[in-house]
Amino acid sequence: MVTNFDLTEEQQAVRDTVRRFARERIAPIAAERDRTGEFPRETIQELAEMGILGIGFPEEDGGSGGDTLSYILAVEELSRVDGSHGITLAAHCSLGVWPIHAFGTPEQKARYMPKLCSGEYLSSFGLTEPDAGSDAGGTRTTAVLDGDEWVLNGAKQFITNASYSGVLVITAKTERTASGSRGISAFLVETDAPGFELGKKEDKLGLRASDTRALSFQDCRIPKDALLGELHRGFPLFMKTLDGGRISIAALALGIGQSALDAAVPYSMQRRQFGQPICEFEMIQSHLAEMQTEITAARHLTYHAARLKDAGRRHTLESAMAKYYAATVTMKATTLAIQILGGYGYTKDYPVERYFRDAKLCEIGEGTSEIQKIVIARELVKLYA
Amino acid sequence: MKIAVCVKQVPSSEARVQLAADGKSVALADAEMVVNPYDEFAVEEALRIKEARGGGEVIVVSVGPESAQAEVRKCLAMGADRGIVVQDPALLGGDGLSTARILAAVLAELQPDLVLCGKLTIDVESDLVAVGLAELLGLPHAALVTHIEWTGERTLRARREIEGGREVVELGLPALISVEKGINEPRYASLKGIMAAKRKPIEVARPDLPAERVGPGAAGVRVVAVAPPPERTGGRKFAGEAEVIVSQVVELLRSEAKVL
Repeated sequence: MVTNFDLTEEQQAVRDTVRRFARERIAPIAAERDRTGEFPRETIQELAEMGILGIGFPEEDGGSGGDTLSYILAVEELSRVDGSHGITLAAHCSLGVWPIHAFGTPEQKARYMPKLCSGEYLSSFGLTEPDAGSDAGGTRTTAVLDGDEWVLNGAKQFITNASYSGVLVITAKTERTASGSRGISAFLVETDAPGFELGKKEDKLGLRASDTRALSFQDCRIPKDALLGELHRGFPLFMKTLDGGRISIAALALGIGQSALDAAVPYSMQRRQFGQPICEFEMIQSHLAEMQTEITAARHLTYHAARLKDAGRRHTLESAMAKYYAATVTMKATTLAIQILGGYGYTKDYPVERYFRDAKLCEIGEGTSEIQKIVIARELVKLYA
Repeated sequence: MKIAVCVKQVPSSEARVQLAADGKSVALADAEMVVNPYDEFAVEEALRIKEARGGGEVIVVSVGPESAQAEVRKCLAMGADRGIVVQDPALLGGDGLSTARILAAVLAELQPDLVLCGKLTIDVESDLVAVGLAELLGLPHAALVTHIEWTGERTLRARREIEGGREVVELGLPALISVEKGINEPRYASLKGIMAAKRKPIEVARPDLPAERVGPGAAGVRVVAVAPPPERTGGRKFAGEAEVIVSQVVELLRSEAKVL
């Protein structure tokens, strides 16, 4: 907004186009969809027609082109108006499409990438299980080879976009005797596979218009060539996937944090108490100054992580820092926005309570803040080793 | 078919503009700049005509500062084929007729089959350029058009919104049409469009026009003062029985506000 962040003309064009779309098409429905929890199929379809569901993937794979930073700007701008749209795009691109793009065989890419990038269907990533959240090594879903087919058994939890996906990337234990994170493989499961079932739709605190469901596999049979990446080597695959995914959750947080400022600053200029606008009171100034500084710092961290990924450089540390920090400051910014709006902020007549509820997910999804700190500390120790 | 669309860079309608120190202009400073919304309808209509015919060329023409190339680029991202800009400071700063003369010089060389313009630009709202341009080029002109129907390869019927009704006029190409809101809903640029726009050419044209015809010195109309709208005063509240209040309000609307 104030700083230019050295975006290229193309990145600015993507940001401006998505910003305008979000203002004109999403803003009018955001509050209502938060209330009803209805998935915004129409606007996601419009984004698909604009090529946004294939952003960051090369045209030869069926993608729309553009770099990671352009994609991050798109997630941020959607989230600035509605976090549910932001997370839908983030989960689709980073968690669903990216592993297929990065680890798929030419056949797998040809089969799925064009459909995913054109928005014919969405995709999801099934890692979390009822008993395996932060501890991905605790995966209990199993895959056993039976002739030409893998047979899957188990359950997944909190899977974003599941109802609208045509194909899922899931993890399953393929080597029973291996312990911890070893012996896990990744698979591509088409949602019409026999034995696959969608579970209940979660009734969530925030991001209520995004689709989050449990999944189950009961003797679910998928072809032998549905293995994604190397057998038993799924753990590094999804760790790399999450490295990218975390940048997009940082962008989700940034968008929500910016929306808190967008609401709080004009309100503080217009609301008068004791004969003056409240933005002239030092304690309100303190809140606004912290919000602006911290959101700007989070934006620098997030764009930096995206640029490292674009340069093909390692970004585990940077994406974990971006996600951890952006989530933390956004939770704080949305809390302060409610504080600045006072009683009005606590009601559904103003949008800040929605931002506050939506922000909380950023501290939990795709690795909790606690997990991010573990990643950051481990990477840090490596730097000094 | 060669379609030329005239577009202008204008401040967004949401931009906060301030009176400049000279009292005759507004300071745009950091205002967000956009394609004039009516010109965007014209670009969209041109693209639809090209798409329906399965071919042709859409050329965006703009007169303005160098920064206006960004708005031309936005039109290219929507799907226009190329741009022509006139950005010579010596030519800028005139009135609407001056702008029309510059555009006429560019279009005379371009020889388009159809020229599309917005009905006005939301910054100065002089409503002069389209009609001036049609006159200078000697083209048949329909203004405030909300629908175009092709009756032949080079003939069309244009529906115009007029006071209290609609008028349908028939024109043959070449022609100039200025469009009104409602003619279409402009598309959002696609990602592929944004990428492709980078590679589309924008030519800087330097029409040879004498100083007495264009620019500030040639302006027939000069802005001598600009003022913000008067501050809104507080409303008046009426309390009591509805029947009583209604007649009070009606009376005041008649005697004080004089709107009835």
